[in-house]
Amino acid sequence: MAFTYLEFERPIAELSEKIEELSRMGSNNTIDIAEEVEKLSKKRDRLIEQIYRNATRHQISQLSRHPDRPYFMDYIPLLFDDFQELHGDRAFADDGAIVGGPARFGEHTVMIVGQQKGRDTKEKLKRNFGMARPEGYRKALRLFHMAERFGMPVMTFIDTAGAWPGIDAEEHGQSEAIARNLMELAVLKVPVMCTVIGEGGSGGALALGVGDRLFMQEFTTYSVISPEGCAAILWRDRAYAEQAAEALKSTVKDLQELQLIDTVIPEPKQGAHRDLETAATMMKAVLHPALEELLEMPLPTLLEQRQQRLRNIGVFQQHS
Amino acid sequence: MNWLTRLIESPRAILSSNDTPEGIWIKCNGCNETLYNKELMRSAMVCPRCDQHLRISAAERAGFLFDEGFEQRDTELRSVDVLNFKDLKRYKDRLKEADKKAGEGDSVRNYLAHIQGTLISASIFEFAYMGGSMGSVAGEKIVLGMERALRRQCPYLLVCASGGARMQESMLSLMQMAKTSAMVNQLHEHKIPFVCLLTDPTMGGVSASVAWLGDVIIAEPGALIGFAGPRVIQETVGSKLPEGFQRAEFLLEHGLIDAVVDRREQRAYLHTLLGHLTAFSYKQHH
Ligand SMILES: [Zn+2]
Repeated sequence: MAFTYLEFERPIAELSEKIEELSRMGSNNTIDIAEEVEKLSKKRDRLIEQIYRNATRHQISQLSRHPDRPYFMDYIPLLFDDFQELHGDRAFADDGAIVGGPARFGEHTVMIVGQQKGRDTKEKLKRNFGMARPEGYRKALRLFHMAERFGMPVMTFIDTAGAWPGIDAEEHGQSEAIARNLMELAVLKVPVMCTVIGEGGSGGALALGVGDRLFMQEFTTYSVISPEGCAAILWRDRAYAEQAAEALKSTVKDLQELQLIDTVIPEPKQGAHRDLETAATMMKAVLHPALEELLEMPLPTLLEQRQQRLRNIGVFQQHS
Repeated sequence: MNWLTRLIESPRAILSSNDTPEGIWIKCNGCNETLYNKELMRSAMVCPRCDQHLRISAAERAGFLFDEGFEQRDTELRSVDVLNFKDLKRYKDRLKEADKKAGEGDSVRNYLAHIQGTLISASIFEFAYMGGSMGSVAGEKIVLGMERALRRQCPYLLVCASGGARMQESMLSLMQMAKTSAMVNQLHEHKIPFVCLLTDPTMGGVSASVAWLGDVIIAEPGALIGFAGPRVIQETVGSKLPEGFQRAEFLLEHGLIDAVVDRREQRAYLHTLLGHLTAFSYKQHH
């Protein structure tokens, strides 16, 4: 597969090309070339370390929607067995932007629901670029209720620029669909674990994001509005997206400081988009023990803790 | 610009102040008619010529809706600039400006009041305060309003007028959608009637959370209500928006709200409705 490189990833790509070129020349096996390759590889490792660990908020926001970034369905076969996709909201349509159904996670049956962006043009259209309509959120809710009925813990995977801002979506009650999920997830009688695997875009992300635990992969964001959208409103110019990204503080580190997330899921050094399998293994290493812990919790405790968690969100002052 | 044109151009400035001088003229943004303020106040700031529902402050709303003697509650909460947010202006300065313009107490004002004798707990959005945007204080006040209804065993009324989440509080504001929506479950559990009155405008994060979770949802005529802003939708789909798109009447037609109620009839409407919702003719716990 040909990789796409973002502007700030270019130096890595260039060095990689150089190493590859040298390696090809090295097939006639001179020691000099092997040494040079070794040296350049070390240099590349340092460069990778430097670029990704010091990525700015704006760069992380770009990484969270990197064209090579794994999508929900890329992880499914690596994390789950016996996944059976269930379709439709039983009322109007099947929304391709949200995918869900029961699957086995280790020894447990769980209900998995996530947003799916498309990779190629055809799939992008089918998935509406991962931007769900009310039908998608209602399908998700149908699956949440089924999970509750059959005692399946729910695992959601968030990756969307936001809910679809379209005429049809408004006509079918986009607001109502999102609101209802927020309300129902808050009291769902099974453990709910939410994981941001890319872009956590506003209310459309939150509609799959209310639960007992919130995890985020290292190079993801979760934001009230995209940097571009924020710039368009507050700076009156989308070109200020970089300043908006800095101001919004929507990276994993920022949200950890605000105590809004439970655990950061580490990613391979160059990000999940360069090594899907390692990324999946790292994700499982966090999610599996977390699920085990929640499964041990009696329902009243689980619900009480979830309620308290939601009740306490917010920072303000008491003025006397 | 003399004082009269200034007032005509921004009627909000005088409408929210308590010392409104008598005899000021206001231009209706529906029919462009110049109207006498005193006459407008008598018709709950609804244009007697074209029925345009002019935007009003939370205090005016409370005055129109509630019986005399209502009390404001939870006035001590203040926003904090946790993120040290700065766009073209600092969030701290925007808060100070909003305090001056719309009064302290942020974008939601809580009341304990009666509507034609029925006790209610109410939260009313103050649109003049940073566009009624919902941050930590607004979310907390809505929850406090619901908790008061639970304690008093009385209905809860939420009057919305908001552009959505408060960007300056970033994720803390997005999460208020979850916080307020979660609380509605407790109203359900204890059979506390919850009525939403959506006014112009109710958009974004407020629309996609607590505003759409009432047992009954009514809206004011002509109010703009929706998830995404019309401009964003227009840019996304690239086609013309239908006539009356996202207006209260459009939502009624699409089955998304229960009724459109003229401001001048809301008191009577709510009184009758709350009577129905608290009657319990059939006692389920015999
Ligand atoms: Zn008029």
